[in-house]
Amino acid sequence: MTNNRLLPYLLIAPATVFLVLLFVVPLVQTIALAFMDNGVASLTNFRKMAGDLNFGLSIGNTFLLVLAVIPLQICMALVMAMMIQKMDKGRDLVLWIWIIPLGISDLAAGLVWLAILQDRGYVNTVLNMLGLVDGPVNWLSYEAPVSLFVGVVLAEVWRATAIVLVILVAGLQLIPKEYGEAAEIFGAGPWTRFRKITLPLLKPSIQSALILRTVLAFEVFAVVYALSGRNFPVLVGEAYAWQHVNQNNGVAAVYAILVMAISLAATVIYIRALRTPPEMQP
Amino acid sequence: MSGIRIDAIEKRFGAARALEQLTLDVEDGEFLALLGPSGCGKTTLLRIIAGLETQTSGRIFIGGRDVSALPPRERGLAMVFQNYAVFPHMTVYENVAFGLRMKGATAAEVNKQVERAAGLLHIEPYLERYPAKLSGGQRQRVAVARALAVQPAVLLMDEPLSNLDALLRLEMRSELKSVLNSSGTTTVYVTHDQTEAMGLADRIAVMHQGVIEQIDRPQALYERPATRFVGGFVGSPPMNFIDMPVKAGLARLGDFTNPVSTGRDTITAGIRAEDIAVVERGGLPFDVMVCEPLGATLLLTGRVAGQLARVAVRPDAVVAPGDRLNLEPSPGRIVWIDPANGKAIGQAA
Amino acid sequence: MSEATVSIRLRRVMFWSGVAMLCAWVLVPIYLIALGAFGGRAGVFRWPKNLLPWDSGLAAMQAFLAVEGVWTAAVNGALVACLTMLFSLLLGAPAGYALARYRFAGQDAFRMLVVLTRAFPLAILALPLTVTFIRTGLYDTPLGVALVHTALALPFTALVSSSLFMGIPRELEEAAWIFGCTGLQAFRKIVLPLALPGLAAAAIFSFVISWNEVFAASVLTVRNRTLTAYLLTVLAESPLHFRFAGGFLLILPSVIFIFAVRKYLFAMWGIANR
Repeated sequence: MTNNRLLPYLLIAPATVFLVLLFVVPLVQTIALAFMDNGVASLTNFRKMAGDLNFGLSIGNTFLLVLAVIPLQICMALVMAMMIQKMDKGRDLVLWIWIIPLGISDLAAGLVWLAILQDRGYVNTVLNMLGLVDGPVNWLSYEAPVSLFVGVVLAEVWRATAIVLVILVAGLQLIPKEYGEAAEIFGAGPWTRFRKITLPLLKPSIQSALILRTVLAFEVFAVVYALSGRNFPVLVGEAYAWQHVNQNNGVAAVYAILVMAISLAATVIYIRALRTPPEMQP
Repeated sequence: MSGIRIDAIEKRFGAARALEQLTLDVEDGEFLALLGPSGCGKTTLLRIIAGLETQTSGRIFIGGRDVSALPPRERGLAMVFQNYAVFPHMTVYENVAFGLRMKGATAAEVNKQVERAAGLLHIEPYLERYPAKLSGGQRQRVAVARALAVQPAVLLMDEPLSNLDALLRLEMRSELKSVLNSSGTTTVYVTHDQTEAMGLADRIAVMHQGVIEQIDRPQALYERPATRFVGGFVGSPPMNFIDMPVKAGLARLGDFTNPVSTGRDTITAGIRAEDIAVVERGGLPFDVMVCEPLGATLLLTGRVAGQLARVAVRPDAVVAPGDRLNLEPSPGRIVWIDPANGKAIGQAA
Repeated sequence: MSEATVSIRLRRVMFWSGVAMLCAWVLVPIYLIALGAFGGRAGVFRWPKNLLPWDSGLAAMQAFLAVEGVWTAAVNGALVACLTMLFSLLLGAPAGYALARYRFAGQDAFRMLVVLTRAFPLAILALPLTVTFIRTGLYDTPLGVALVHTALALPFTALVSSSLFMGIPRELEEAAWIFGCTGLQAFRKIVLPLALPGLAAAAIFSFVISWNEVFAASVLTVRNRTLTAYLLTVLAESPLHFRFAGGFLLILPSVIFIFAVRKYLFAMWGIANR
């Protein structure tokens, strides 16, 4: 039976080695890249990043995007999940349609909304038909930052609400119906039941959805890139640009570190703020 | 020749002891029930016999062979699990044939044994179905048939009936008994249900906190429990325990007296509910609190000198809560228990 | 009709129109990019647009596929995704089994490592890997990209497969041992067949993760682009109809795959999040 002692380690060994090589090592290397300049420890890369015109813009834009997109997605997904709960007919079909965007990449989503929002696109066609605009309007230029921002938000919400929905629906399935029924018998209306029963019990799922989505939202870049090129700078987009256009690994790495630090901080905040004590879980 | 010898088995989980130096012999062809409340170690013991769990120390012999270090497949036994553990992706036929196929039996042999086992358990009509289409009772039959098909020297059963509803449980119980009687397989059967153990077993080992309190034939266990725990656990309603003061070798409570041999000044009388007669006067004073007509008897719950007691009287007796009755236990059937250690007096425990 | 039934009807109508609107919100953009993809150059510049598919034809898509590099990139993308699927399953499923079936020292540390990867934007870690990959000859190869994508998909596969294995009662395996199986036989005959559909779903999801990933794929390749990376790099200089065709081609396999795994998706996430 000594065999049995070793077996679990043998089973996790490949995955562990892999994750060390492709997660831990690059993580350390990224940090090293960021803090090194020609083999000497220095903050040159940080200074370069901070001195860049796009730096402040990209930080502001990224945070603005996250703040606009995440709450919208959580609310929409909650509404959709509650609708799914209420459905008997057609539930599977509707659910499938709503999770289609799950398989759509951010680049593709950007292209989809480019087709809709470009100056000779469908939005302008509809507005034209309604007599609201005379000819093609350019919504996505840097001269129209508000409509450009709205466009990015639309694309992000369209694409990435599905994953939140999946997590919430899965979470809802784990909540026994009896809780809601008990509350109903004691006189709680639908809104009270949602607020006092469903929402608290759904907290762990909301937490994982928030963490996952926030980390991914700080990584946003291809959507923006597809819609506007570098007209709307965001953090990872800048990392990509420094790597590819300016051929500067160091500054790209500093951007990477920045994104990771922000993601990690967001995760910690979520875990703290939405902690559910184990004894309160069903 | 396939008795089981359990030799000084000990099992610890960290600091906690699940089994303490447990020694037990199961004879060839015997049906032994391991009876006890949950957490008493009975399932752990069964799993150690099966080889699914490793003992901390001690040895297991099956048919004289030391199997202590062998994996389950080499111990020559079969097992029926609490949740049936019928393989959901195989037909009933394939389930029953599984053990035989693993042994490398020929197709003809497999067919013959599957048909025999299926016949014994009356599952022939379902052989081509998948378990998901079967009821709990039917699945349980498949699990038993799968175990019997390999004609095991030893059959282990872990609470096999606990997931069935009451009526089905009764039916399966008698059926199991007749099937196992005819096959003569050495069987160890774990249960927390004392009626099940009483009805099925040749002998019962009552377990409590990792030790065997008593091992005996069902009737002997019922009549002469070796400890207070056994008396309270075996039989329904449980045995009454009434403390009586002792003076000059005589236990006395109310007008009831009985000579006892103890050095202490208190003794516990263990009395079965049905071993008590209601008399006109004298005996133990009993204040009735609740009357429950059970059909065959009328069960009275009340107090004897402030101590809870239950008495079974004739179903047509006219008794109401608040009545005071005089009780006369039949002296020969009282089990006298030392209140200090809970052991019966005058018995080899 | 009483007032109550009217209000119930009204609420039903409102409910279902809400559902329909949300369905349209998802489907209409897909329809529109399909119009763009099949409309060709003429369709893109037409003003105002025709909202019905009368201008469309297969010619535009054929032209797109004939562009040099597109087909190769699509094949590359599929190859990388298949490799990712294979790796993440081969590495993740055993780890998931260990997490589900054994208690061992270091278990929590391992689980922590896996969960921690979720708090990091993993694709960005491709930056320093360019150097390592150039040195080891993995740079600009499908294998190299697949390795990074496996790092993305592996935590997911490990957690999902662990929950899958947890869903298979240990007793089934024990019964197999009792009835003559070795550990490996019991796994092959009992556990694997029962876990297979779920594992397949997890594998397909890894495929989608890889197919869609753009950052690491574009950083780690120059000539052997995946479709996503290829489209990103030629984005700036390509005409609109070309971009739309590419976008549509990106969406297509993902949508089909999501359809294939839809039943398992919820079970996977429900437990993977615990």
